[in-house]
Amino acid sequence: MLLAVLSGFLLAAIAPWVHRLSGRHSGWVLAALPGALFIYFLSFIPEIADGGQVRFAYPWVPGLDIQLSFLVDGLSLLFVLLISGIGFFIVSYAGRYLEKHRDVGRFYVLILAFMGSMLGLVLADNLIALFVFWELTSITSYLLIGYNHEDARARYCALQGLIVTVGGGLALLAGFVMLAMAGGSYELSEVLAGEGLQEHAWYLPILLLVLAGAFTKSAQVPFHFWLPNAMAAPTPVSAYLHSATMVKAGVYLLARLNPGLGGTDEWLLILSLFGGVTMLTGVFLAARSTGVKQVLAYSTVMALGTLTMLIGVGTETAIIAAVTFLMAHSLYKGALFLIAGILDHEAGCKDFLQTGGLRSALPVTTFFAAIAALSLGGVIPMFGFIAKELMLEAVLEAPTVSGVLTALAVATAILGVLVAAIVGIKPWFGPRVKTPKDPHHEAPPAMLAGPAVLGSLGLLFGLAPMLPEWGVLGAAAGAVYGAPLDVKLSLWHGINAPLMISAASLLLGLALYTQWDRFRAAFAWLDGVANSIGPERQYDRTMAGLVWSADWQTRVLQNGYLRYYLLTILLMMLVSVGVTARIYDISIGELSFADIQIQEWTVLGMTLAAAAVAVTIRSRLGAVASLGALGFGVALIYVLFSAPDVGITQVLVETLTVLLLVLVLFRLPGFLNLSSPLVRVRDAVIALSVGGMMTLVMLSTLHMRAHDSISAYHVAESEPSGFGRNIVNVILVDFRALDTLGEIFVLALAAVGVYAMINLRAEDRK
Amino acid sequence: MSTMHSLILRTAGNFLLPLLLLFSIFLLLRGHDEPGGGFIGGLVAASAIVLNLFAMEIKSAKAVLWVDPRHVLGIGMTLAIVSAIPGAFFGQPFFTAQWFTFDVPALGELKVGTVLMFDIGVYLVVIGAVLTIMLSLAEAED
Repeated sequence: MLLAVLSGFLLAAIAPWVHRLSGRHSGWVLAALPGALFIYFLSFIPEIADGGQVRFAYPWVPGLDIQLSFLVDGLSLLFVLLISGIGFFIVSYAGRYLEKHRDVGRFYVLILAFMGSMLGLVLADNLIALFVFWELTSITSYLLIGYNHEDARARYCALQGLIVTVGGGLALLAGFVMLAMAGGSYELSEVLAGEGLQEHAWYLPILLLVLAGAFTKSAQVPFHFWLPNAMAAPTPVSAYLHSATMVKAGVYLLARLNPGLGGTDEWLLILSLFGGVTMLTGVFLAARSTGVKQVLAYSTVMALGTLTMLIGVGTETAIIAAVTFLMAHSLYKGALFLIAGILDHEAGCKDFLQTGGLRSALPVTTFFAAIAALSLGGVIPMFGFIAKELMLEAVLEAPTVSGVLTALAVATAILGVLVAAIVGIKPWFGPRVKTPKDPHHEAPPAMLAGPAVLGSLGLLFGLAPMLPEWGVLGAAAGAVYGAPLDVKLSLWHGINAPLMISAASLLLGLALYTQWDRFRAAFAWLDGVANSIGPERQYDRTMAGLVWSADWQTRVLQNGYLRYYLLTILLMMLVSVGVTARIYDISIGELSFADIQIQEWTVLGMTLAAAAVAVTIRSRLGAVASLGALGFGVALIYVLFSAPDVGITQVLVETLTVLLLVLVLFRLPGFLNLSSPLVRVRDAVIALSVGGMMTLVMLSTLHMRAHDSISAYHVAESEPSGFGRNIVNVILVDFRALDTLGEIFVLALAAVGVYAMINLRAEDRK
Repeated sequence: MSTMHSLILRTAGNFLLPLLLLFSIFLLLRGHDEPGGGFIGGLVAASAIVLNLFAMEIKSAKAVLWVDPRHVLGIGMTLAIVSAIPGAFFGQPFFTAQWFTFDVPALGELKVGTVLMFDIGVYLVVIGAVLTIMLSLAEAED
């Protein structure tokens, strides 16, 4: 199992070489992996169909109790079959679609890595593992949207998708951690099996955080704007990530968590209303668009909204409807996106207005586009019809807000037919329109295989719904519902309310299609509104604000004056230590001056005198020299208190510091610029407070001790286990060697920094 | 770097440099049992070279070094990191010290461990870092 999940990453690592070796057939060669995975996952069906679960666990970070565990149940099986099955067609399709692109190798790396992440996401049973795979899908999606990285628009869209989904991902991580604390385990199956999550005090925060993650990933209103922009990616990517799999990750998460978090009023209201509104917004925006991929992207938003709404409603019918719709949508939307790619590849069309009458030039494509569009429109006898009937039935029976949801669903159904007509009729039928490229021939088999198989499956499953129902859909619905469900899909339910709504929406939708131009014109004013206050505008404002505040903060904090840096650091330290001292009520023991020896007084007096000279003297060299004297005084104190190593180090460091300062002083201008009396008073106050604070901290550390001193251990173990009599050195190079390594790293970095600062600037000036 | 034309300093520097370098190695090696160690030894060696830097032209200071201090820095870091690895081969945590005992005729038992390698690394890093900074500052003069 581990190999199955990781194989995507492994193959990704060598994909460019495979591509170079196999040339134009690389698509088929690399597609062997998703194909093999599909067959491997099929082998789970008999066990899962009986309501079984298969769990695999591998230790990952044993110290933190995090394991890499995978769970195969109905829900994850449905997803992995979709991911690997559609992945097979996507990879083989891309081999031809991107044939002439100069770095196809990079494409294969990313798409295979994405497939691995997505498989991991839906199979993971550990919250941390799920989160890691979740973020990996965001990152691979980012790289795939920005695949044509020389295009500024593609880069913008990629970044937008990344920021929206990763922003949600952060909320999700917080939600997962709280969920794990509330549920007492990081294992998802254990958390969901536990009782009482819905009554937990943290239920609402957990729900909101998880929803923030799921809604951004699954492009729910108001985060829907990134998905149409993601269409900047090559078409196979849009088909795979942004319709069939990745955007469904949010829906998957909601479905997965439904047994544990679902069933409350909050869950029902938030999910069904957000989902319902997203559904209508998506289909409405789809009907207003003319770009081929835009229409498909917005209709994906509709589908995601529908799924969220159905999971929110949460009744038996709704859950069955959700898994059926999910499968139907992946099949027809995958097919339609691949057909959009064919339109682009063969006829050069990126906009529906450029198309028309292509059926004679591309008859096979037309046929599969038509059956996929019929499924999208929910026309009998397609699989999409069954899904739509179930959806309508579910909203009619919804426990609350049924009226609102029904209204949204009916409006969506009508516009859905319009969208299906745009996709299934506009490019193919009617008068022949001059297309940018004249299609001479059908697309190659590698590109037709996907739409053909996926589209035909939509028809086959409609005619024989027992096929997907057995093993996969039934078990998936049961896994989402939290209890086994008796799923019986059928094409014909008799004449009932959903059928009437379907029939009426079909007629109204087709009528609307004849008036499509006027429909778009009637809502053209919305563009202006969206541009001024739409969510994408808000995103742009937020990003601009972020840059502005970073700029402002850099100007204030990174002002380039060493004295202000020092001031900031010291004041910050003063405040933070002072506040801590107050909160924890730091006390210092009784002070006694009785046992201070005469030589100690002498050294102390000398040191203080040096300090006094350093701050009052007007000569720079004098100040540096007296600072050195101060340092030697400190070194003497170390020696007096029998710390010869520290003393020697202090002497040497002081020497070098003086030498260094002298070197720097050579570079200063000859005149002196003394600070004003006011500034000096300010500096004196700060210096004295910091010094006073340090003194108090030192005294309190002597007085208060939270833990036993570790010195005893060091003294005892220095010779037997460190083989050294000099405890200081044994600590430095053995007991605490990692600390020392860190310190010499800092030292080395400082040297490199100084070198770069001085030499590179000198080079610049040349 | 403007040289300080002090004959005394220059002459003393010439004599002191080898002595001080030798002393720094002595400090480095005895550090495990007596006051000293890589850090202190490195500081002594660096100070000795900086002293020469003051007494002579940069060119001669560089000639004394005969290697670029940045290389010394890099070699030191490498030694320090590499010394941390052997422990991993014996199933012990990163940085666990490894000791090897040799019987040297006439001197008796000699214990050599990865900590010595680490200490030499520290020694070289200190020399390299101090000299990189000093030479950059001194050279930037012109």
